[in-house]
Amino acid sequence: MHKKPKKYSVFSLIKNALSYHENWQPAWRSPTPKKEYDAIIIGGGGHGLTTAYYLAKNHGLSNIAVLEKGWIGGGNTGRNTTIIRSNYLWDQSAGIYEHSLKLWESMSQELNYNVMFSQRGVMNVAHNLNDVRELKRRWHANRLNSIDCEWLNTDEVKKFCPVINTSPNIRYPVLGATLQRRAGTARHDAVAWGYARGADAMGVDIIQNCEVTGFDIQNGNITGVETTRGKINSKKIGIVAAGHTSVLANMVGIKLPLESRPLQALISEPVKPIIDTVVMSNTIHAYVSQSDKGELVIGAGTDGYTSYSQRGGFNIVEETIMAIVELFPLFSRMKMLRHWGGIVDICPDASPIISKTHINGLYVNCGWGTGGFKATPGSGWVFAHTIANDQPHALNAPFDINRFSSGELVDEHGAAAVAH
Amino acid sequence: MLIIKCPYCGEREQEEFACGGEAHIVRPKNSPELTDDQWAEYLFMRQNKKGIQFERWNHAFGCRQWFNVARNTATDEIIKIYNMGEKAPNVETNEPATPSGEPVIGSGNFSTSINISEKK
Repeated sequence: MHKKPKKYSVFSLIKNALSYHENWQPAWRSPTPKKEYDAIIIGGGGHGLTTAYYLAKNHGLSNIAVLEKGWIGGGNTGRNTTIIRSNYLWDQSAGIYEHSLKLWESMSQELNYNVMFSQRGVMNVAHNLNDVRELKRRWHANRLNSIDCEWLNTDEVKKFCPVINTSPNIRYPVLGATLQRRAGTARHDAVAWGYARGADAMGVDIIQNCEVTGFDIQNGNITGVETTRGKINSKKIGIVAAGHTSVLANMVGIKLPLESRPLQALISEPVKPIIDTVVMSNTIHAYVSQSDKGELVIGAGTDGYTSYSQRGGFNIVEETIMAIVELFPLFSRMKMLRHWGGIVDICPDASPIISKTHINGLYVNCGWGTGGFKATPGSGWVFAHTIANDQPHALNAPFDINRFSSGELVDEHGAAAVAH
Repeated sequence: MLIIKCPYCGEREQEEFACGGEAHIVRPKNSPELTDDQWAEYLFMRQNKKGIQFERWNHAFGCRQWFNVARNTATDEIIKIYNMGEKAPNVETNEPATPSGEPVIGSGNFSTSINISEKK
């Protein structure tokens, strides 16, 4: 066994400052893959790392590998707009997203790693009567599920977020908004790094630059994977590969109801604090918050076609910027610094798939589409349970792959459409 | 952004088009006898391929005609445009070596007007 990493504290900071920060130990090891593991997680993003972490912590497995084809947190974990909330419509979604939100609230303490979770509130703005009805319905549904949510009228919106344009004369006036005060943002890279460090401390092997190229299946049981670093055996394998899930599933002949599409985001030059919450609007597709560095973080929409190229169309960016400028005219002369795309795996009902497959020992966790970041800890929690016990946790039982045959879909287009 | 050569109108910006998803998915004729799984297969399950994918596009803000496109989803390169009802062409092109390795070319959209025989 390897040495347990030292706890981060103000004392370790001072001690290392005195030695010019030259003696920090790496937060996780870079082990060579073993021949066999009790469980293999394919995909070293947030969801994969949390799965490995909770397999070790909640289910006592220690011989686990996380295989990542690039570097950990380099996919959608590092490309999202870091919004965390749980104001979904249906009971099934409320269960899993609220469980996640509760894990976020204690994450920094549990991991001994500052993920900079900031509960600054998320405001969903209504611009027409249909929006008002839809959002009020969601407000009531949230409260019935013990999720905090408030309705704000136009004046209260203005008071909560003074920079928003509440003039009745704009094309899509602000008629009100729902507000979830416990929602907010976190530092996305820190989540991957914190869970990687926590998992590594419990003996999980995090193997980067190791791409899966095939699966070994005998008599309907999974027995291992072929990788760019050789064959690795395991009787339990979880696929958590977001946009590339279909690529892996196609290797074993599993068809999934997914479409992988580019989702873009962009970030402005840093400015002084101007907006201390998250504002999103489904109708005009505006969606903005401000990072701790002062940049405006803007989420755009998905392109309407399949692509793995990690870049999208400029028209999508243009539409988003138009909406932002209407809601926040004072942002009109801000310069955008960076712009990128990630590949999201979209399900027909905008809900995830966390499920067993028809191959024994092979599990999939995918379909998070545009909104997986907020679910990072909860997704890993229930997926670890599914892998360890070979049956779903109560929270992810509704998200079985069989729902597409049974028709029991969890339609979250209203809650997931814009908000990522 | 893609530039798509509509077979009826010529090259236009992608903004004028709507993608209709994977092509050559045939609606089952014996619908009363289908099981739930077979319906799910037809309605929801997709290959979602990284590489050459055949898909339907509609010139929604133009002539409103449908047509098929063979496109490399790893690079966004459009390889061939062909009519509805035609069989999928046998395309051999710079398909990325996935798994193991990403395509060397980035988001390309340069072969709208190149026919397949020229592409090796």
